[in-house]
Amino acid sequence: MATSASAQLSKVVKGQYMELPQGDQVQAMYIWIDGTGEGLRCKTRTLDTEPKSIEDLPEWNFDGSSTYQSEGSNSDMYLIPSAMFRDPFRKDPNKLVLCEVLKYNRKSAETNHRHTCKKIMEMVDHQTPWFGMEQEYTILGTDGHPFGWPSNGFPGPQGPYYCGVGADKAYGRDIVEAHYKACLYAGVMICGTNAEVMPAQWEFQIGPCEGINMGDHLWVARFILHRVCEDFGVVASFDPKPIPGNWNGAGCHTNFSTKEMREDGGLKCIEECIEKLGKRHNYHIRAYDPKGGLDNARRLTGHHETSNIHEFSAGVANRGASIRIPRTVGQEKKGYFEDRRPSANCDPYAVTEALIRTCLLDEEGEEPVDY
Amino acid sequence: MSYVSDSSSLNKALRQQYLSLPQGHSYQVTYVWIDGSGEGLRSKTRTMDTEPKSIADLPEWNFDGSSTGQSEGRNSDMLLIPVCMFRDPFILDPNKLVLCEVFKHTREPAESNHRNSCNKVMEKVKDLHPWFGMEQEYTLLGVDGHPYGWPRLGYPKKQGPYYCSVGADRAFVRDIVESHYKACLYAGIKIGGTNAEVMPSQWEFQVGPCEGIEMGDHLWMARFLLHRVCEDFGVVATLDPKPMTGDWNGAGCHINVSTEQMREEGGIEHIEKAIEKLSKRHVEHIRVYDPHGGEDNKRRLTGHHETASISDFSAGVANRGASIRIPHRVGQDKCGYFEDRRPAANCDPYAVTCVMARTCMLEEGKDLHELE
Repeated sequence: MATSASAQLSKVVKGQYMELPQGDQVQAMYIWIDGTGEGLRCKTRTLDTEPKSIEDLPEWNFDGSSTYQSEGSNSDMYLIPSAMFRDPFRKDPNKLVLCEVLKYNRKSAETNHRHTCKKIMEMVDHQTPWFGMEQEYTILGTDGHPFGWPSNGFPGPQGPYYCGVGADKAYGRDIVEAHYKACLYAGVMICGTNAEVMPAQWEFQIGPCEGINMGDHLWVARFILHRVCEDFGVVASFDPKPIPGNWNGAGCHTNFSTKEMREDGGLKCIEECIEKLGKRHNYHIRAYDPKGGLDNARRLTGHHETSNIHEFSAGVANRGASIRIPRTVGQEKKGYFEDRRPSANCDPYAVTEALIRTCLLDEEGEEPVDY
Repeated sequence: MSYVSDSSSLNKALRQQYLSLPQGHSYQVTYVWIDGSGEGLRSKTRTMDTEPKSIADLPEWNFDGSSTGQSEGRNSDMLLIPVCMFRDPFILDPNKLVLCEVFKHTREPAESNHRNSCNKVMEKVKDLHPWFGMEQEYTLLGVDGHPYGWPRLGYPKKQGPYYCSVGADRAFVRDIVESHYKACLYAGIKIGGTNAEVMPSQWEFQVGPCEGIEMGDHLWMARFLLHRVCEDFGVVATLDPKPMTGDWNGAGCHINVSTEQMREEGGIEHIEKAIEKLSKRHVEHIRVYDPHGGEDNKRRLTGHHETASISDFSAGVANRGASIRIPHRVGQDKCGYFEDRRPAANCDPYAVTCVMARTCMLEEGKDLHELE
């Protein structure tokens, strides 16, 4: 059976418990990124009153030796609340709280990329950078095989599935619908969804978000996806190439613009940025997945609507290029551009930071500048 | 696929139709007590004509101790004395859950009634305002005794991804945890939080901060709620300290302790004094940190899997391999609390808090002698 044993438990019974009133007390679920740079962890605490803003949420700590983040002999790590959302699982007044992780000496943990991203975003505040990220993902059964696929085989070749409808074309839509509603409730800036080219693969888009919000909203959207899938008894995978062979991979195309690009004649600025990006391809590839480019190497082959990982290219309406300028942007001579290189399991803080450094701070070379 | 009980497949919507029937001026009060094993909980319910507003409104009751391992058949009556009342999250307001102390027919405390002596000690140290917080770990099993969500005839991937996890391949049976949390909040239990634990299908909830006798009362009732919630879903909660042998974590009940002096500025001095006293009474503590005189904990306190070895006493800042851990923050602020990581998941919190108060908070010799 493809779904988890937990999913078989009675949801009617669960519903009865979840409706119990809780007085003035509030459950705050603290969420953080673990030592892998991809995994999310969470734990909950009771608060006596409803937090109205981030400032009302206390610091916390956790056992980093159990999350690949520290040794047992010096295991305490700190959780610093950074962004608060409504909880679509426990509902109001309960909260989801995205946190930054600090080591015992209060320095950023290795996989805490939010810290420097925030500094970089503050430097270019006045240019009003907007981002939109297209998160692709694959739904798997608990056996690790894509959900809805025949258990020891493959479905028919790609073609009918992209934006498809019908039980023979769209696998797992319940998850997508539930996730969309949950994100809207939570206050996450989800702007759309669609079925993807590979069956059991889907996409949702988060944005437009300004600055640091892009990373915050995308990470919480990912958490909500994992939690929704857990409830249904399936697994969401952000692996960039879950099935080798003639099956699409999963990316996280990142759309980017500044105030200047969005105004009349902005296309010139877009072209200048693409010029700068062309000179720093390797630096970006390293920032675009959690393994310095190794994950993306399985996905960016030059086939299946990807560019080749070793080459940089750009073009209007070209889905085989590293950077695509949408047709309407080419026509209106202003707007935004799409970087198609980031992998589905990228860290959005690392991706957005890299774009700002190269395009707005004019950095060059293999290493980021330490300001 | 994991096994749930037959009862859990009874129609819960149908059940709800009956449970939502109005009950007029009758009040259901469920009496809860600890049985002869020192680990098991029992309960039975009675109807009352007026809503009990406090413990004083609740009458004494009795039960058949020969059926709970607590007395012989020919002299079986045992007494239930209500001590702590909570709202009932199963049949809802205005019905109540009442934690009771058990007494023999002679009015002496039953063998597994550790609350009685604990209360006496807490009375003696009440001016120190001792606060406790206990971290109850537990494992969820199917009715076949195998951890729920594990492959039926085997094991999941090794530990690493499960602690505080999310996802159907990492966090098993979260429904129980969520339901239990809500039930505790409703009932009035001081539940401080929850998290998924290192072994899959293992979870933790924290109760506290509670002052004095309240720690045992709230933790025992929280355990009752856990068993009752699990029963509803058709799974089983075990507090066994080492449910799976091999490279799998055990289950403890770490206890966090402080007095007013420890919480005040410079309190670290009092924390260190307490740890010094604890280091001299390691064997006495181990004996009461599980219901079998330390035998249960032998399977768990190996020195591996974030435990200290049962034969050694150690303490350290942020050290999860020590008997006593001083949180990093406390080490920096120089005041706060300390964590004793030795109690087993199936410990009796009355026995644990009692020995903690005796060792750390009573004056040697004099007070102890008065209590004997």
